[in-house]
Amino acid sequence: MDVIIQAFGLVFQPYVLGVMLLAAIFGLFVGSIPGLTATMATALLVPFTFFMDPVPAIACIVTTVAMAIFAGDIPGALLRIPGTPASAAYCDEAYALTQKGKAELALGTSLVCAVIGGVIGSAVLALTAPMLAEFAIQFSSFEYFWLACLGLSCAVIISTGSTLKGVVSLLIGLFISTIGIDITAGHPRFTFGSVEMMGGISFIPAMIGMFAISELIRFMVASDQPRSVPQQSITNVFRGIGSVLKQYKKNVFRGGSLGAIIGILPGAGADIAAWIAYATSKRFSKNREKFGTGHVEGLVDSGTANNAGLAGAWVPAIVFGIPGDSITAIVIGVLYMKGMNPGPTVFLQQPELIYAVFIAFFLANLALLPLGFLAIRLSRQILRVPRRVLMPVILMFCIVGSFAINNTVFGVSIMLVMGVLAYFMEENGFPVAPTILGIVLGTMLEDNFMSSMIKADGELSGFFSRPIAATLGVIVILLWMVPLVRAVISGINKFQVRPDH
Amino acid sequence: MNNPTRGFKLRTAIFSVFTLLLGLLSTPAMAAYPERPITLIVPWGAGGGTDATGRMIASLLEPELGQPVNVVNRTGGSGVVGHSAIATAKPDGYTIGVATVEIGMMHWAGLTELTGKDYTPIALYNYDAAGFQVRADSPWESVNDAVEAIKADPGKHKSSGTGQGGIWHLAMAGMLNTAGVSPDASPWVPSKGAAPGLQELAAGGVDIVTCSIVEAAALIDAGKVKALAVMDTERNGAFPEVPTLVEAADLDWQMAAWRGLAGPKGMPDDVTAKLTEAFEKVWNSAEFQEFMKGRGFGLVWKPGAEFSEWMDNSDAALGEVMQAVGLAK
Repeated sequence: MDVIIQAFGLVFQPYVLGVMLLAAIFGLFVGSIPGLTATMATALLVPFTFFMDPVPAIACIVTTVAMAIFAGDIPGALLRIPGTPASAAYCDEAYALTQKGKAELALGTSLVCAVIGGVIGSAVLALTAPMLAEFAIQFSSFEYFWLACLGLSCAVIISTGSTLKGVVSLLIGLFISTIGIDITAGHPRFTFGSVEMMGGISFIPAMIGMFAISELIRFMVASDQPRSVPQQSITNVFRGIGSVLKQYKKNVFRGGSLGAIIGILPGAGADIAAWIAYATSKRFSKNREKFGTGHVEGLVDSGTANNAGLAGAWVPAIVFGIPGDSITAIVIGVLYMKGMNPGPTVFLQQPELIYAVFIAFFLANLALLPLGFLAIRLSRQILRVPRRVLMPVILMFCIVGSFAINNTVFGVSIMLVMGVLAYFMEENGFPVAPTILGIVLGTMLEDNFMSSMIKADGELSGFFSRPIAATLGVIVILLWMVPLVRAVISGINKFQVRPDH
Repeated sequence: MNNPTRGFKLRTAIFSVFTLLLGLLSTPAMAAYPERPITLIVPWGAGGGTDATGRMIASLLEPELGQPVNVVNRTGGSGVVGHSAIATAKPDGYTIGVATVEIGMMHWAGLTELTGKDYTPIALYNYDAAGFQVRADSPWESVNDAVEAIKADPGKHKSSGTGQGGIWHLAMAGMLNTAGVSPDASPWVPSKGAAPGLQELAAGGVDIVTCSIVEAAALIDAGKVKALAVMDTERNGAFPEVPTLVEAADLDWQMAAWRGLAGPKGMPDDVTAKLTEAFEKVWNSAEFQEFMKGRGFGLVWKPGAEFSEWMDNSDAALGEVMQAVGLAK
């Protein structure tokens, strides 16, 4: 108990709280600009954390990241430009809500769910870190391969309209992910001798292009008959949220747990958690047909999941020094710098510091409520700007964001090409979300498949040789068999019915 | 509670965050170099060791040079993209970068024409030797045990730690080659770096990881992994109980990753001199020393011609082992 009181003393100091407030403003700023990611924000903070004590240093990063991930939802909902990859899963849904004039419901839900998710994730981190880390470290390439397969199955669920077109869209994404030097053989693929292409197609410019640029092109094409956003003012962000939460309290819990579990698996992280949560939400929803048309249910699941996943990623990072995502990779460096060397002993040697970090987690997520509210209030001005003024400004932000990710014009080219591709896809009824998912999961799927095959000397049975892998494998295969079995059964029924006629 | 540094620290924090936000706007004008902001290219992703050291150097170079030093991550293509960006920049001293050991490997693998000769060396600042890590519950007690097991059952014991043909792959292949065992006897499982490789090791997916010992420190501390040797001429100060490869198995084989500051070829001498002088001050500063030691990065200082010579030797040694193990094109 002494330790916890000590930890509170370490956090509740004017200096620490001041740093957290500044970090929060910084995080909201970075997160709401498309292309500037939470990872980038963290990397920028590192030189500054060097001059701080361990607790403010870590609190600074925790706050920035929590704010940035939420803030990514704002441009996603208002302009269809996801601010961070974690927002991409439900960007279309939130934007559809805005177009129906329900921007405040979309943003309010995002905000409240982000807070709840963050608190769930923090609780998981604080209470079960050493235990969960033992579980997370059991995952080898076999398990990750099945996890990636599970993620790909989501593509079929999340795609609106024709399943076949969803699969085609997914394959486009998987193809794009093969561009560049492949990690297994070190061989360049589809690079046409270009050094830039060797680096592969960056995810962020591709994402910005597919969502925002395609929307811009559609606006340009249809400009003679203006498709204006219904005039609306965000007056009370929290209005109606209570009933949403009441109605979908199961979703909040499910999204939170999914987020925390996927978040602790190194290499999976908050981005993938958001996709899987969204797909799960749709799969088990009573109103499946409403998804994609501005239905708040999916937002609840995935909005909770991505913020819950954030804290989850810290579990293997703190306990074993294995980063759960690119943010914790940076955090590990900061922990070393502060003499809080990751490892189970950190809980024994400096318990007050670790508890202070956990308290900072809770505090950052709770602070999200008022600060996020302010950010939404400020951002509503965007909806008042006439579209013809707004669109060029959006284009400018897209270009800046795509450029900033690698500081190269090549990123801008990727964005434009992907934008045109997405426009034609959507005009012909192909959903773009599966393509994005394909780009996200393609490398994970391929790398882990190749590593597994090398480890198993080419024996496919290797994929079932470990308990967790075998379980995941069976689940995936069953999931894939369901439509087939259904088709067969209905075929048999037809066959049996026919003689009666 | 009346800590006099607190107000100062708060001010520093406020100032820091604001400079961060406004950093792009500053355009002061001075006569001598540097008169405008400098770009520091890091050929690897945010969060890695190269990025961490690059950012630290950039933030400490700023007060020395009186100009902002902006870190830019140019990732991808196994380091080709970033290294090309440094080499092809205008040699005016306003674009420099961190060159890593891969500069001596990529051309042997046929990925690029670039070599260390395409750069103006500023100084080598870091050097980390490979380690030989196995799972803590592994029956192997020494490198000899492992080598014998690999010899007895070729193909069974897998190793990992980086991508195909990466620096730690060469460390493993070269060691087996020195021991008179075919490098194929322990197949390499490519990973996206040391951390995923170590995850595989702990999860029981592979048997050996030959990343640097500092990268494995947390898992060694956690009792999940043990180090059997370091591939260096001397023991590592942080792990004095781990023998060198010569001591452990009488194998005369060393392999290390290194990082140095370099610019494009043909930078003016006065600019290079100014940068070297500023960087030497940074390297000697308490902050930098503390940072490097805190993270367990090996410290070394070899400016200008010495760095050039280092790159040449490294290049030749890497070429030799890559040809021996069939990774050169």
